[in-house]
Amino acid sequence: MWLKFEARTEPSLLMRYLSPVLAVFLMLICGLVLFSVLGKNPMEGFKVFFLNPVKDTYGMAELLLKATPLMLCAVGLSVGFRANIWNIGAEGQLLIGALAGGWVALHFEHSTSPLLLPAMILAGALGGMLWAAIPAFLRTRFNANEILTSLMLVYIAQLVVSWLVHGPWKDPDGFNFPQTKQFQVHAMLPLLKAGTRLNAAFLVGIGGLVVGWVFMNRSFLGYQMKVAGQAENASRYAGFSAKRTVWFGMLAGGCMAGIAGLAEVAGPIGQLTEHISPGYGFAAMIVAFLGRLNPIGIFFSSLLMALLYLGGEQAQQYLNLPSSISNVFQGMLLFFLLGSDVFVYFRPRFARRNK
Amino acid sequence: MDQSLFTSILFATVVAGTPLIITALGELVTEKSGVLNLGPEGMMSVGAVAAFAVTHHTGNPWLGILAGMVAGMLMSLLFAFMALTLMANQVASGLALSIFGVGLSAFIGKSYESVALPSIVPMRIPLLADIPYIGPALFQQQALVYFSWILIGLVAWFLYKSKVGLILRAVGESPVSAHEIGHPVILIRYLATLFGGAMAGVGGAFLSVFYTPMWVEGMVAGRGWISLALVVFATWRPMRVMIGAYLFGGAMITQMFVQGSGLKLSIPAQFLSSLPYVATIVVLVLISRNLKTIRLNSPASLGQPFLPDA
Amino acid sequence: MNTRKSVATILGGAVLLAATSLLAQAPVKVGFVYVSPIGDAGWTYQHDLGRKQMEAALSGKVTTQFVENVPEGADAERVIREMAQSGCKVVFTTSFGYMNPTLKVAPTYPNTVFMHATGYKTAVNVGQYNARFYEGRYLNGVIAGKMTKSNIAGYVAAFPIPEVLQGINAFTQGMKSVNPKAEVRVIWVNSWFDPGKEREAALTLISQGADMVTHHTDSTAVVQAAEEKGVYSFSYHSDMSKYGPKTQLSGTTHIWGEFYIKTIKDVMAGTWKPTSIWGGIKDGMIKIAPMNAAVPKDVKALVTKLEGEIRSGKRHPFVGPVVDQDGKTRVPAGQVMKDEELTKMDYYVQGVDSKLPKS
Repeated sequence: MWLKFEARTEPSLLMRYLSPVLAVFLMLICGLVLFSVLGKNPMEGFKVFFLNPVKDTYGMAELLLKATPLMLCAVGLSVGFRANIWNIGAEGQLLIGALAGGWVALHFEHSTSPLLLPAMILAGALGGMLWAAIPAFLRTRFNANEILTSLMLVYIAQLVVSWLVHGPWKDPDGFNFPQTKQFQVHAMLPLLKAGTRLNAAFLVGIGGLVVGWVFMNRSFLGYQMKVAGQAENASRYAGFSAKRTVWFGMLAGGCMAGIAGLAEVAGPIGQLTEHISPGYGFAAMIVAFLGRLNPIGIFFSSLLMALLYLGGEQAQQYLNLPSSISNVFQGMLLFFLLGSDVFVYFRPRFARRNK
Repeated sequence: MDQSLFTSILFATVVAGTPLIITALGELVTEKSGVLNLGPEGMMSVGAVAAFAVTHHTGNPWLGILAGMVAGMLMSLLFAFMALTLMANQVASGLALSIFGVGLSAFIGKSYESVALPSIVPMRIPLLADIPYIGPALFQQQALVYFSWILIGLVAWFLYKSKVGLILRAVGESPVSAHEIGHPVILIRYLATLFGGAMAGVGGAFLSVFYTPMWVEGMVAGRGWISLALVVFATWRPMRVMIGAYLFGGAMITQMFVQGSGLKLSIPAQFLSSLPYVATIVVLVLISRNLKTIRLNSPASLGQPFLPDA
Repeated sequence: MNTRKSVATILGGAVLLAATSLLAQAPVKVGFVYVSPIGDAGWTYQHDLGRKQMEAALSGKVTTQFVENVPEGADAERVIREMAQSGCKVVFTTSFGYMNPTLKVAPTYPNTVFMHATGYKTAVNVGQYNARFYEGRYLNGVIAGKMTKSNIAGYVAAFPIPEVLQGINAFTQGMKSVNPKAEVRVIWVNSWFDPGKEREAALTLISQGADMVTHHTDSTAVVQAAEEKGVYSFSYHSDMSKYGPKTQLSGTTHIWGEFYIKTIKDVMAGTWKPTSIWGGIKDGMIKIAPMNAAVPKDVKALVTKLEGEIRSGKRHPFVGPVVDQDGKTRVPAGQVMKDEELTKMDYYVQGVDSKLPKS
């Protein structure tokens, strides 16, 4: 017997929506097995990992807070991913966005203008786009592979952040510790609910999802980019500009990642430090794929990913499991999703092996 | 420059370049068959922890390397199953492999964190090691360093002189025609991917068993990604992989020597640390701008799935 | 009416009294937030030793919990809050980056005591603690100065913040106090924890003539590299002689246990105050690691004598004249450096043969 796959004449719509559900289901099963292998009661593990983090309002708010940068980055990335533009440097774009927005906050440290926050968000977006423009330029002008250049730029961005907070931007009254002054109240995103840390960035994130959805489904450029991703030759034949696709795909990712970075420093962190992002830019790639490169899907997948992070912390504190268990769950989830996806385009068939 | 300084820089450069060479050569073979596996970072991580654990328990570094190799292969098998059998997107599967591998290695490696291994005595090659300047730097190294040199020759011979290598390249160029002539495309791609995984595992093993020698979470520190960059840098030529790896290693080592030399340079350390990454981008640009070399050497079907019956 | 009310008061008082005595008997929950995995040596390992020592000393009266590897970004606040929320009476947050998150959580939990390590801000229920690591460094420097043949010591360091500069400068002061020809070379690896880089830096320094190496980074890589090359080393954070049995001459170790015990006792007794504590050899927060057999008797005797002098306050590692690299006198002869000058240190003293990275 040999497992074979036959191409479906048309992608299965049912499977397209069912496969993420299947992936989550498989991940849960594996999770329960993993908990018992580690000598923990699987039900207890499930409760601590998946239910505890959201047991109260504060927990729910934390979940949304954690999901915000993920959904922002993911929706931007998916614009490029749809057109086969592989920007894997969102982490660096996020950092530069945080720096640019943070610079505005620090430069106008006495401003009470209501325009301060919008200016910071704009600066964040521009910073992210600037960092994404480098691989876009190198790709369109010199044909350099954007996967590698955007990744190298992540390391460089981390060093730029490190240099600035250790050097020129260091808080003069901070005993030489590597951090800037704390942002003043007018440079902080307003809280959505008192007593929690959930701030207006969440609304910006939702706005990003809406804009992303309209762009992908209702605009001509969005359509062109989708075609470019699915059938390169057809797209060239139709006269769509490949360069514009690259530029737009990269810049969309950089813009959103930059805003995500700004939202972190003007939200829960409140200053520039060396520890702005625990890898949101990389995790957002999983979020984007898990959400089918579709804004509605991304909304749910970012919540799920955020839950995995919070669950990891809980598992550490109450089950004594290493926090890297979060990454294991995330990796499994993506694998299962990619695996289940085969059923969207193909029909499995068991056949005798014929030579 | 006095002899000892030159020798030390060269020695350290070769050591730093070795895991990159081994991993990049594996990836090169994988890519030549038309498969783009973005997972070296994950495979190296898992290889490193497996090698460390086995060396720690058995006291035998060679068994450790073997374990690293097997672990890397298992990881790449996972990828191959996704990308080749289930025809999932190769970029996404590779990224998943990297993220999963880094997490998994941290997870299994928890109990080995900061356990130390005895360092392994280098293997001295008689006569050659007595050559002034370069002898002590090149021929008094760990066995895996020599292995990396042999591997370059082997891979070059395999790809360009052997029959199987020819088929492998044909599969990478045009899987459809290769299939029509009757070559087992999927099988060859599986084997090439497994070879890539095995070498990434050995590269990781070198890090944890010979280089540091210890295991800590995140110790691969981007070397898997740099190996990927090296393959493009080398325009898929084995010999150039070595040059690239040593350039990269050299950039990393030299900045330390500049700092430690007592030279009164007042450059931010972050600036020096960023040099290897900047250099990679610059070289990548220099090489990619010539479309002809890229087209000539890059496997035409890189990253595209192949369905045998289509 | 009146009697009834007083009965009620008495009863109520009795209930309250019973409740407090019950509370006093229930073990106090103490939480620790760690920045890295505990591992086998290093910063977090020493804090965890302290936690265990405290748990053993106050057995039955305390229970402890910890979360390791907590990133210093936005996540720290949630972890610290969760600790307080789950009923911890005392929370130790053991890395600089937790300072602002700790201060943000503290007002919500006025009945919890927060102790933050190595920062500079306090609040009603937030105290600070740190140790005078430089005192141990000075003594290590004396040994290095006595035993070096090449007169070059190598120093692998993470980031140029005051705490690290204090260590480099104190080591240099100690070395030069017994060996005017000595110089110290520094390599910054830009990371608290990167064994590969730390090792590379140590080997670089050794190949450039350093025959004494030490580090202000978190792994055992430098001591291991020195052992391999047969070069003497001084460990930091922990005693790493396990990794350098032949070559680790001594080291500067952090001892938090006594301090943790005292803090918990103060909290239990209700005498805890939100102060900044900066303890040294005198307070038992710093000890030098046992000296290797390779250290000659007279050097051992000298170091023991100097240690006693530091303990009694007779000697200060930064006694004037302290002259920086540019020739500027930082402390005039006959004076010692004040604490506020120490906490702002941003220069190398003379004898450091590298240049501070510009910022």
